Amino acid sequence: MKNLINFLIRSWFFILFLFLQIGALVLLFSNNNYHSAQYFNSANTVSGKVYETQSEITDYLTLKSANADLAEENARLRAMLPTAYEITDKKFFVKNDTIFAQKYSYANAKVINNSTNRRNNYITLNKGSLQGIQPKMGVISPNGIVGVVKDVSPNYATVLSFLHKAVKVSAKIRKSGYFGSLIWEGGNPDFGYLKDIPSYVKLVKGDTIVTTSYSDIFPEDIMVGVVESLDEKPNDSFHNIKVKLSTNFTTLSYVYIIKDVTRSERDSLQQKTIKDVEKGDNNGD
Amino acid sequence: MGIEIVFNILRFIVLLGLQILVLNQVEISGFLNPYLYVLFILALPIETPRAMVLVLAFITGLTMDIFSDTLGMHTTACLWMGLLRPYIIRLISPREGFEFYFKPTLGYLGLPKYLIYSGILVFVHHFVLFFLEFLRFDELPRMLLKIFASTLFTLVLIFISQQFFSKGKSNQ
Repeated sequence: MKNLINFLIRSWFFILFLFLQIGALVLLFSNNNYHSAQYFNSANTVSGKVYETQSEITDYLTLKSANADLAEENARLRAMLPTAYEITDKKFFVKNDTIFAQKYSYANAKVINNSTNRRNNYITLNKGSLQGIQPKMGVISPNGIVGVVKDVSPNYATVLSFLHKAVKVSAKIRKSGYFGSLIWEGGNPDFGYLKDIPSYVKLVKGDTIVTTSYSDIFPEDIMVGVVESLDEKPNDSFHNIKVKLSTNFTTLSYVYIIKDVTRSERDSLQQKTIKDVEKGDNNGD
Repeated sequence: MGIEIVFNILRFIVLLGLQILVLNQVEISGFLNPYLYVLFILALPIETPRAMVLVLAFITGLTMDIFSDTLGMHTTACLWMGLLRPYIIRLISPREGFEFYFKPTLGYLGLPKYLIYSGILVFVHHFVLFFLEFLRFDELPRMLLKIFASTLFTLVLIFISQQFFSKGKSNQ
């Protein structure tokens, strides 16, 4: 007993270290889950305010490129307005509202903190749960995909940037429809890699890559990037496609958060199916 | 003693402010992420109790983690610095120990000893931090390059700021 007390007194420094280290590791591993550690991230009130104030000052630096992006998008949307079209045919078109139900709605948000130089990058936005933002919503910019909402506080949200180890986006080649998964391998924030496309698929530089309909985060046909080059490994049955990302992550300033209005219905249906099937299996045994 | 505490609190605010608002936003290259804020732990007075250094390292790391969404990474890296600091100080201290007024700065320690002191501790911090950031071995060369390049960059910044501060002291 005396020895034990002596040992503890001699090594109390290590015990304190171990105690604090365990605390740090608990934080580290809890951060890897969704919905966790609500208060220890840049969406909390104090750090949210600090970043918002900073963003108000530094926004002027990126104003020019933000304006250019928005003007470009305006022009693109204007081209879709009915006034931009002319009737060239004498056909009758029937519009039936019961066929088209709205699937996605969009909210705009401002980027108040962003990084591109780490292996795992995060973005902080100035909208949160009070504005209807929820975890797992997709985020896009006027030019392409950006990331997925991770945590929300009442007025702020943190986003897993596409430039993150854990983010994989289902993407396809628009021309041929072959799909694979797009990841970022670190380093240059301008390029990602598209995997799992069979090597017999013909590709040329400049082919457009867009999102698929399999993802429950992004709508179909959101621009992702264009094929830059093929980094092939010999005897590999899949392409290793280097993709020039269409989103410029280093100048990101305004983004859209996507709400899939059918998600809760679809999720509960899928869960019901899984539950029913499991129950059926148990009965069968 | 009291004035020393005020100085250290000011150093904490200035260094973390500089790190979060300026250095974290500067994008030079994916391989160069300087973390000058570790100077706060390096510059704590030599007679600071070891346990106190650990607790301060924990608070410093946690503050960084909250602002950069890297929960636990900076905290762990700073804790390892705090753990090793007393041993590095013992390594560079003269046989009879330091005088009580000694501060672990470039001006007091001289270039070789300060280089050993800051070099080892900054390397340990960056190694733990980037190891936790990558956490996979297929990117090992990239990780090592990042550790060495960023350690060098941080050390350069530390030496520049030490030069700056020690000049200010001699003028007083």
